[in-house]
Amino acid sequence: MNIDFSLLIPEFMLAGLAFAVLGVDLLAPEHRRNVLSATTAAVGLSAIAAFTLPYLWNEQDASLYDGIYRVDQYALLFKAFFLAVGAVSVLMSVEYVGQRIKHSGEFYGMLVFSVLGAVVMASAGELLTAYIGIELLTFSLYVMVALHRGDTRSAEASTKYILLGALSSAVLLYGISILYGTLGSTVFTSMEPSLAFGLGTATILVGFAMLLAGFGFKLAAVPFHLWAPDVYEGAPTPVTALLSVLSKAAAFALILRFFAEALPSSIDDWQLTIAVIAAATMTIGNLTAIAQHNVKRLLAYSSVGQVGFLMVGLVALTEAASSALVLHLIGYAFTNLAVFMVLIALENRTGKEEIVDFAGLGNRAPFSAMVMTASLFSLAGLPIFAGFITKFYLFTSAAGEGLLWLVGIAIANSVISLYYYLRIVRQMYVEEPSETSPLRVPVLTTLVLIALLAGTVFIGVYPGPIVDIIEVANRSLPPFVP
Amino acid sequence: MEPISQNYFEEHILESLIYLTMLTALVIVLIPRRQAHLIRLVAIGSGALLLLGSVLVFVAFDYASGEPAYQMLRSYSWLDQLGIDFRLGVDGIAVPMVVLTGVVIFSASIVSWNIERVNKNYFVLLYVLVAGVYGTFVSLDLFFFFFFYELAVVPMYLLIAVWGSSSTFETFSRTKEYSALKLTIYLVAASVLVWVAIIAIYVAADTGTFNIIELQKAVQNGAIDVRAQQVLFPLVLLGFGTLAGLWPFHTWSPDGHVAAPTAVSMLHAGVLMKLGAFGIIRVGMLLLPEGLDHWALVLFIMATINVLYGAFSAMAQTDLKYVIGYSSVSHMGYVLMGIATLEHIGVTGAVLQMFSHGVMTALFFVLVGAIYDRAHTRDSVVLNGLAKRMGITAIFFAFAGLASLGLPGLSGFVAELLVFIGAFRTEPILAVLGVIGAAVTAVYILRLIARVFFGPLNPQWDHLTDISKREGFAAAVLAVPILFIGIWPSPFLRVINSGVDVAMQGLPGG
Repeated sequence: MNIDFSLLIPEFMLAGLAFAVLGVDLLAPEHRRNVLSATTAAVGLSAIAAFTLPYLWNEQDASLYDGIYRVDQYALLFKAFFLAVGAVSVLMSVEYVGQRIKHSGEFYGMLVFSVLGAVVMASAGELLTAYIGIELLTFSLYVMVALHRGDTRSAEASTKYILLGALSSAVLLYGISILYGTLGSTVFTSMEPSLAFGLGTATILVGFAMLLAGFGFKLAAVPFHLWAPDVYEGAPTPVTALLSVLSKAAAFALILRFFAEALPSSIDDWQLTIAVIAAATMTIGNLTAIAQHNVKRLLAYSSVGQVGFLMVGLVALTEAASSALVLHLIGYAFTNLAVFMVLIALENRTGKEEIVDFAGLGNRAPFSAMVMTASLFSLAGLPIFAGFITKFYLFTSAAGEGLLWLVGIAIANSVISLYYYLRIVRQMYVEEPSETSPLRVPVLTTLVLIALLAGTVFIGVYPGPIVDIIEVANRSLPPFVP
Repeated sequence: MEPISQNYFEEHILESLIYLTMLTALVIVLIPRRQAHLIRLVAIGSGALLLLGSVLVFVAFDYASGEPAYQMLRSYSWLDQLGIDFRLGVDGIAVPMVVLTGVVIFSASIVSWNIERVNKNYFVLLYVLVAGVYGTFVSLDLFFFFFFYELAVVPMYLLIAVWGSSSTFETFSRTKEYSALKLTIYLVAASVLVWVAIIAIYVAADTGTFNIIELQKAVQNGAIDVRAQQVLFPLVLLGFGTLAGLWPFHTWSPDGHVAAPTAVSMLHAGVLMKLGAFGIIRVGMLLLPEGLDHWALVLFIMATINVLYGAFSAMAQTDLKYVIGYSSVSHMGYVLMGIATLEHIGVTGAVLQMFSHGVMTALFFVLVGAIYDRAHTRDSVVLNGLAKRMGITAIFFAFAGLASLGLPGLSGFVAELLVFIGAFRTEPILAVLGVIGAAVTAVYILRLIARVFFGPLNPQWDHLTDISKREGFAAAVLAVPILFIGIWPSPFLRVINSGVDVAMQGLPGG
């Protein structure tokens, strides 16, 4: 067997980068640690994305170790996506970490490790490799959630996250072992023929259910979502952003590949179950979000709702639906990062994170408020922003598969979400603030916000080129069963 | 580059209207906040250009029989995977709506001169709204039709919640935030139905395109079976009907119109509600003709209730804006009634009524806004005898009122007459009720004019001044088309006729 290790250059470089960031932290003088390690991480992530991935793009469907680790267009698209999300997250964290977190080197080091975990998940063609990726990602996040030393909420959130995370990992592993015992393989494509006769036998069903539960926890899908609000609220806000964007996107990258490669022929056995979970996830997430008054909790429930929307693509599992799923993920990343960026900027200046604290932001920081409004409208699925076309694409492609009822529920949920997003918009523009002094937002934040807003609007008015790229990437997945 | 020919004009005019509104919004975003004067001038200048462009569309449209139904076509490929193109074009029904939008936005941008608070965002949102309105009227792609439709609904919340006004009566009060939220929830909830219907039509027709012309052809060839059309039509009816003020889903509309600032009320009652009726024709009549045929009687009954309920409610109101708000509900009833007749003449009347009511109600809001700016009340109980101080206002108000009650020689008469002829041919009993509604309108309008403008002057209003030249001009812009259509309706009717011909092709027996 001839193994081409050059395919793994991005992974090697990422691991090296993580240690380099930790090294910079050791060597740099204390007052410059934060800036220097952040710069190393951001430049490193961007450089890896810019220089290594384009070389690999033309490799047609390469894989290592007999299909266990895949370096195909699908994986590369997600790698580029994760690296970009990582770089933006670093930029988003600089000021916050400088103000509140002592161990800046560890913070950025762990951030790079979490990106590495996500990258492994995108490439995993087999369940145990996927498990390693998941654990690398979540272990980094366990540490990062706890890094807000001195804040008891952070410690509490971390404890909950670790305990429930460990439990779900155990369930996931158990499920994998049962499936391996029954099917004799954990490679997705080798599992497919054995599953083609359906999920009928009890052992397969149990294994599959445990696998689903494990994935459901990582995604925060109902009924495994209850950890999300507490962890989102207690974690340092940039980590909350990572949880809601990177961790979800990586999980979907993995799950979509798993479904497309291992499960297409047994679709009749699981489709309805996943559809019901999707409907419950979006409905419960959105309805609960209405009652929140803390913005981070609200965003936690809103992201539960978004997971429900994304699962619609999984349920339909056609070529169009999977393209739409990836497009929605990308649009969601742009908008959610923008929302968190504004939230972090506000938090850095006022130390507050309740919905009422947004009062008067329209006058105090007009540009940030505008980006916030645009992003919330995008999340709610209004034109000219990304959310409108991505949802339209997703729902249209699912409706063709006889899932019009699910699409109806999803569209109704989309409207419910507008209601609670409007509550924030109303605070920013309508309510009289208790304080009116202008908030000075740093240039770096403004620049990143401009880039994110531009991305949101670009996808919203001209999605064609991005959809073309996604379609090319999704061709790495096996042909979808009609 | 080829020389600018008539062809060149026809290819680019529609997209230019949309780009111009977007560009205006963008330019205003970039102008510093302190330059309030410049912002207003840009807004008015852009409004004038839009009016000019819209009138040119009307002039360039060729209504002669044998001409293509959809003209000034323009198309860019947008998302091939779903068969979505950015496809523009107008038929004889869209053309009057384009003109209406041009007239109202020009007048509204003039009236907005004195808007309070940070006026920059106000104009930006106003022009985003207009972009949505134009886009909906000229889109020939179902996706973009819905895209622009949503775009028009979005800015309303902030326009009302930030720049609107609350009203308090003895027994109840309506804050602007309440009205803004109510309006938004109603309209967005209604758009859920529209969204589902559009996706369902796309899937059912199975042509892999959102192109309205292609879909229309497919439907005429039986692509969507009769049963499916009958199931889907209620979604379209309620979804678009809510925006058109269809009873019993109209209650957002008076509240919203009252709370909104003058220019927004003008656009909303004048143009936006027409999007609803336009949607019923575009999606309901063109793409679900069997469904419309099946549900026509239900629509007819609801429309009749609209007419009567709106008229009687208007009679009971004392707040000037609430009177106009309920009067809009009543007049939109005639539009829906005209569509429900499924008669060529009735549908033509409905489209003309859309135009006529649009300019008329906008004129009302200009005048009520002017009175409110001066007297700081809209209560017709205390507003008496204003004609002695506000003579020109009184003349315009009486003019709008007479158009509203259908005086021959003004546009309302022509439109309502056509609707009634159509209605008598199909449902004579309901038609009689409709005519009774017109009589009730006459009662409350004349009573209102008599009370507010004539009779002894309430000394409290001795200091009032008449409307300024600027406001007078804005009112005149709206009054001209009312008179024009009243005296010489045929240019409009010919254009509308050509559109109705095509729209009714698919109807059973049509």
